[in-house]
Amino acid sequence: MSDSEPLLDISELRTWFFTGDGIVKAVDGVDLSVRKGEVLGLVGESGSGKSVTMFSALRLVATPGRIVGGSVRFDGVDVLGMPVKELRQIRGDRITMVFQQPNSSLNPCYRAGHQIAEVYRVHQHMRRAERDERAVEMLRKVGIPDPGRRARAFPHQLSGGMAQRVMIAMALAAGPELLIADEPTTALDVTIQAQILELMAQLRFELGTAMVLITHDLGVVAEMADRVAVMYAGQIVEETATRALFAEPLHPYTRGLIGSVPVIGRRQDELSVIPGRVPNLIDLPAGCRFAPRCEARIEAGLTRCIDEMPALVEVTPGHRVRCFLHSDAAESATPVTIGSVRR
Amino acid sequence: MTAIDPVVPDPFEPPISPQGVELGPTLRSRGLWRDALRATFRTRSAQVGSAFLLLLVLLAVFAPLIAPYGPNEVLLDTGVSVREKPCIHLFGCSDDKPQHIMGIDGNGRDEFSRIVYGARVSMLSGVVCVTIGLVIGTLLGLVAGFYGRAADSVIMRCMDVLLAFPALLLAITIVTVLGRGLVNAIIAISLVSIPIYARIVRASVLSIRELDFVAADRALGVRNRRILWHRVFPNALTPLVVQATLGIATAVLEVAALSFLGLGVQPPTAEWGSMLASERNNVFTAFFLVLFPGIMIMINVLAFNLLGDGLRDALDPRLNK
Repeated sequence: MSDSEPLLDISELRTWFFTGDGIVKAVDGVDLSVRKGEVLGLVGESGSGKSVTMFSALRLVATPGRIVGGSVRFDGVDVLGMPVKELRQIRGDRITMVFQQPNSSLNPCYRAGHQIAEVYRVHQHMRRAERDERAVEMLRKVGIPDPGRRARAFPHQLSGGMAQRVMIAMALAAGPELLIADEPTTALDVTIQAQILELMAQLRFELGTAMVLITHDLGVVAEMADRVAVMYAGQIVEETATRALFAEPLHPYTRGLIGSVPVIGRRQDELSVIPGRVPNLIDLPAGCRFAPRCEARIEAGLTRCIDEMPALVEVTPGHRVRCFLHSDAAESATPVTIGSVRR
Repeated sequence: MTAIDPVVPDPFEPPISPQGVELGPTLRSRGLWRDALRATFRTRSAQVGSAFLLLLVLLAVFAPLIAPYGPNEVLLDTGVSVREKPCIHLFGCSDDKPQHIMGIDGNGRDEFSRIVYGARVSMLSGVVCVTIGLVIGTLLGLVAGFYGRAADSVIMRCMDVLLAFPALLLAITIVTVLGRGLVNAIIAISLVSIPIYARIVRASVLSIRELDFVAADRALGVRNRRILWHRVFPNALTPLVVQATLGIATAVLEVAALSFLGLGVQPPTAEWGSMLASERNNVFTAFFLVLFPGIMIMINVLAFNLLGDGLRDALDPRLNK
C-alpha cells in the first residue's frame, strides 16, 4: 500500500476567504496525499481548515472563499483546472462526501430511497425500476432493517443514525474510489457513533474505497485511520502513520492534543490543556503559527519560531513535522533534547 | 411491614392502550403534502374558508343550473319593474308574482342570476391573476436568489420599482394604457402582484441554497439546474402556497375595484364590482342591489383569506404551538 500511486494529491493548496474584515487564510499551503484504499485521518480543532481543504479538493468552496493557489490532482488529473462538466462527473461518482449533519444533508422533500436512486440517475442513467431496486439494495448494505419500507420514508421520519446510514448509502452508491467523510459521527450519540464507524470500517474493507476522515475526535482516528495528518491554523503540522503518531507524537501541538484526551482508568484531577487559543486566521503570527502557545519552544529556548515559519520536514521516513525542534535535528543530525511536555 | 398497596401498577407490565390496540412506533409514509393538507384542515379557519370556497366554486360551475334566468335577460315584459324589491314566496310575497330572491336591477334583470354568474368572472379572474403573477414571480425569484450577483440586482431593483407604486394605482395606470376590459385588468393585476412572489421565492432560495443538502447534492455532481428545480424549488413552495392563496383574495378585490371604476369588466357582463358601481347611486332606494354584490365580494375575499390563514398556521413552523 505504501508506495502505490497517490489517488488524491494536494499540494501547496491555498484557500482564502475574502471577507469584509480581511482575508481569512483558512487553508494556507497544505500538502496532502491519499493513496488507493487508504484511510487518512485529518485532525484538528474547529476552524483549522480540515473541511475547507477537502471541500477545495472538490471545488465546493462557496463564496467568499476562493482557491488562490496550489494544485489538486485526482488520479493524475488536475481537478482545479478541469471544466465543470468533467468535475461533475467526478463528484458523486468517483469522489463522494458524507457530511456532519445527517438530517439536514437529506432533502426534506424527497423519500430516502429516491435520493439514493438520484445518484444512479445522475451518473449511470439507469431506468427507474432498476434505480429503485439498487437504492433498496444499498440501504440493505448499510445495515438498515426493512430497507424496502425505509426507502419510502422521508428524512424527518429517520433517526440521526439512520439518516447517516442513508447518507453513507448515497455516498457509496456509485462505488467511489474516494470517500470524504466530514465529521460523520460528530452529530450522533456515542453508541450510534460506534455503529457508524464499524459500518464504515466494514464497507471500506469490502469495497476497498479510500477514505479521508475529517474529525476532531482522536479516538475515531486511532480506530479507523492508517495515516493521520494534524492541521493547525490552515497548515499541516504533522503527518505520519497512525501508530507512530500516538506512540511518538513530535509536534508540540500534537502532543498537546493527545495529552488533553482523558484516558479511562487513569486518575487525573485536571485535564491538561493547551494554553491560549487558535490564532485569528486574518491576522496570523509571522513565524510558526503555534509559537504563541508553544510551551516546548520556551523550554527548549527557541526564539526563531516567532519570526520564521518552519517547513514541513520529513524527520523519519513517513513522518513529517513542521517544527524547528525536529527539523533542526534532522538537518544537523545532532539530537536536540526536548523538555518533556507536561502530561 | 406495611401492606402492599394493590393499586400500584406492576412496573414491568407493558403498557396497553385503552382500546387494546398495540402501542408502538408507527412509520406511515404519507406524503409531505398530504401531511400538510391534513394539518391545514385541522385548523378552524381553513375549514370555514374552504367551505365558503366550495360554495362559490359550485355556484360558478353550475351557474346555468342554479340561476333561474340568464344574466343578461331583461324581464321587464314579465310584469316586473326596474329596481323592484326582492320577492320571495317563502317570506310572504304573493304567489302570483314571479320570484326574484334578490330583486330586479336597474335594467330589469334578475339580480340573483347576475350574482350567480358573477361568481364565474370573480373566481376565474382571481385564479388567473395569481397564476400569472405566481409563475413569473417565481421564475424571477428563483433566478435572482439562486444565481445572485448581477441577475439578483437587476431583477430585484425592477421589483422594487414595481413595489414603490401603490398596487391599485399602478393597475389603474396599466389598464389606462392598455385599454379597459377584463383581459387587460387581469394583465395589470398580475403584473402588480409579481414582485410579492419574486421576493418571497428569492428569500426562501437564499436560505435554502446554503443548506447542507444542497451542498451534498453539489458533492454528488448534480447539475445546477437540477438542484434549482428539484432541490431548491420544492423546499421554497410552502410560503408560496400560503401567499398565493392570500393573493387570490387580493386579486379578486382588485378586479372588483377596477370593474367598479369602470376599467375592468364592461357591462353588460355580470361582475360584482361593476354591478356595485352601476347601482351605487340608488343605495337608499334599492339597497339590495348594492348589498348583495358587496356581500359576495366579501365572502369571496374572506374565503381565500381564511384558507390562506389556515395554510399558514399549518405550514409555518414558527407558528407551531
